[in-house]
Amino acid sequence: MSPFFIITGIVTLLGAVFAMSLRNLVHCALAMAIAFAGVAALFLQLGAEFVGFAQILIYIGAIAILIVFAILLTRSGESPDKSVLTSGWWAGIAVTAMVFTILGWAVLSSSAVPKELPAAPAASVKNVGDLLMTKYVLPLEIVALVLTAAMIGAVLIALKEDNKDNAGGQP
Amino acid sequence: MADKIDQIFVTALHFLVSYLPEAWRPLASSLICIVFILMVFPLIFSLTTIFERKGIGRIQNRYGPNRVGIPFTKIRLAGFGQFLPDGVKMLTKEDVVPRAADQAVHFLAPIVLLIPVLLTYAVLPFGRNMAIADYDAGLLFFLAVGGAVEISVFMAGWSSRNKYSLLGAMRAIAQMVSYEIPLILSGVTVVMIAGTLNLSQIVEHQNQYTYGIAHWFVFTPWGLVGFILFFIASLAESNRSPFDLPEAESEIIAGYFTEYSGFKFALFFLGEYLGMFAIIGLGITLFLGGWTSPVSFLTWIPSWIWFLTKMMAIVFVFIWIRATLPRLRMDQLMGFAWKFMLPLALINILVAGIWHFMSHDWQRWLVCSAIIFGAYVVLGRGLMANQKLGKRIYRYAE
Amino acid sequence: MTPLQTCLLISALLFSVGFAGAVTRRHAILVLIGIELMLNAANLNLIAFWRFGAHPEALNGFIFALFSMALAAAEAAVGLALVIAIYRHKKTSNLDEVKELKG
Repeated sequence: MSPFFIITGIVTLLGAVFAMSLRNLVHCALAMAIAFAGVAALFLQLGAEFVGFAQILIYIGAIAILIVFAILLTRSGESPDKSVLTSGWWAGIAVTAMVFTILGWAVLSSSAVPKELPAAPAASVKNVGDLLMTKYVLPLEIVALVLTAAMIGAVLIALKEDNKDNAGGQP
Repeated sequence: MADKIDQIFVTALHFLVSYLPEAWRPLASSLICIVFILMVFPLIFSLTTIFERKGIGRIQNRYGPNRVGIPFTKIRLAGFGQFLPDGVKMLTKEDVVPRAADQAVHFLAPIVLLIPVLLTYAVLPFGRNMAIADYDAGLLFFLAVGGAVEISVFMAGWSSRNKYSLLGAMRAIAQMVSYEIPLILSGVTVVMIAGTLNLSQIVEHQNQYTYGIAHWFVFTPWGLVGFILFFIASLAESNRSPFDLPEAESEIIAGYFTEYSGFKFALFFLGEYLGMFAIIGLGITLFLGGWTSPVSFLTWIPSWIWFLTKMMAIVFVFIWIRATLPRLRMDQLMGFAWKFMLPLALINILVAGIWHFMSHDWQRWLVCSAIIFGAYVVLGRGLMANQKLGKRIYRYAE
Repeated sequence: MTPLQTCLLISALLFSVGFAGAVTRRHAILVLIGIELMLNAANLNLIAFWRFGAHPEALNGFIFALFSMALAAAEAAVGLALVIAIYRHKKTSNLDEVKELKG
């Protein structure tokens, strides 16, 4: 595999490790954004242009901002003084190691991996659009419904409850 | 002859690159394009700052800067050399970083602003065959990378550990996110009619002439509304007046770049203006025909001159609007985006669909214009109806 | 090691890192960050199999990854709204302290 791919992979993994291990939450969120950018670069190198750009748009442009807003709205911007790890964290690490071992063994020893590589497919936007409108139109409509429901649900859940003395200002 | 001037940059690039061996050519070609963009657009930025100051000054019945010519000589260019001492001032000012600020994030924020903004220049077609990266999903690339600017705004606002910076940053992000939706939806109408996300092909679609007038998308009902929506949304995306509440001096000191001075402030300033140029470039590509000329007897003018002229014309309109219109308050801004522009953009998509499927007659002009006009009147009335313009009441802080 | 195996190993590592964070950290939002990293690893897996597997012109893995991204966005929005609501109610976002069903 080309060295760019390995370097991008390492950057992504470093971003993910920092995202999960830093003390300050905002730093974690920014490291997560780096990990997302790394994954987008990996997609672009695999020839999935549309998915790579959609990854940047959705994850970095929307989800990272959402997480940052949530961090600020729950006042977690300062570094915590107590331990950041939950009780029983060693069990989590043990299970993680097991999960990675099993996945790694499955990847390296599987016989389902094809030996010859097919040619780079043509994932033009026109093909994606055609498929989305013919073969996958039902999932598309369902995803539209799910997104609407999620949006309305999220707004309702996070809505400030009406107090008796409505001081309601705006930020 | 006109053709040669038109393709002068392309031929120069091929000429320079042909000296290298075959394997190095793509890399060298990209590097030369990058250097070119890094030279040309900051120069346009400097000239724009002068045009802005002189233009706003003239609109406000005063002269702008009118003394500085070329430094160390006696040549007076009526103030057009102002950007040189301004640049030196920004570079030599002391870089004050607050002690409680988050040093790493504070340092990285201007860089994280500039990188996506400069990336967006890669897909714009500046002239015939002059798009640096002609992606199949070019429009999606532009919008995706343009949306990554918000992270830098947050980084700047939060790392300064300043209440005003954080407030300005939150407002700026909310404004940018809200106005991205009408921006993208008005671009979707162009994609529907042109059938492609590739920006060069969208320009090619507009490169036809009937009765001497080009087929620019702005000359259709849905295109006109789409262009106006895109224009307003791009004003809001670049935090320009009348949407500059997050960074206005009389409101919030300087918003999210309060704690930046010296070169970092210059980088923010540069990043904002470059973002403005990029999004104007996208608007020109989508609606105003990119590098094509409006009338068929002027096609001998080189394509990149047309692109630059259109960009400068829209920059002038931006400056004009900044000097003329008052600032919008935050809730007015958000209400305008969500309650007026978003429904109008959705109706515009419907109208573009009707336009595409009706027969190519005068009827479709009538039907589409009627639907859009009706929607505009209904939405405008709906937006005005919520304002209770009665006797003034006072609300005290509890 | 074939390119497919490299991609799959990177995706497995990313998944493990996300999983480790989601299971060991105390703050609710970090669990959500871990979940997003796991979803990204799954998308990477899908795209890797689309590119190096059989019938890439059918764009199956591609479309699957696209839908997965859309749903991940929806789920992140709802999850963060829940975290905000819990914080407003219990004044803490520490998962060790949010362990009673009684409101």
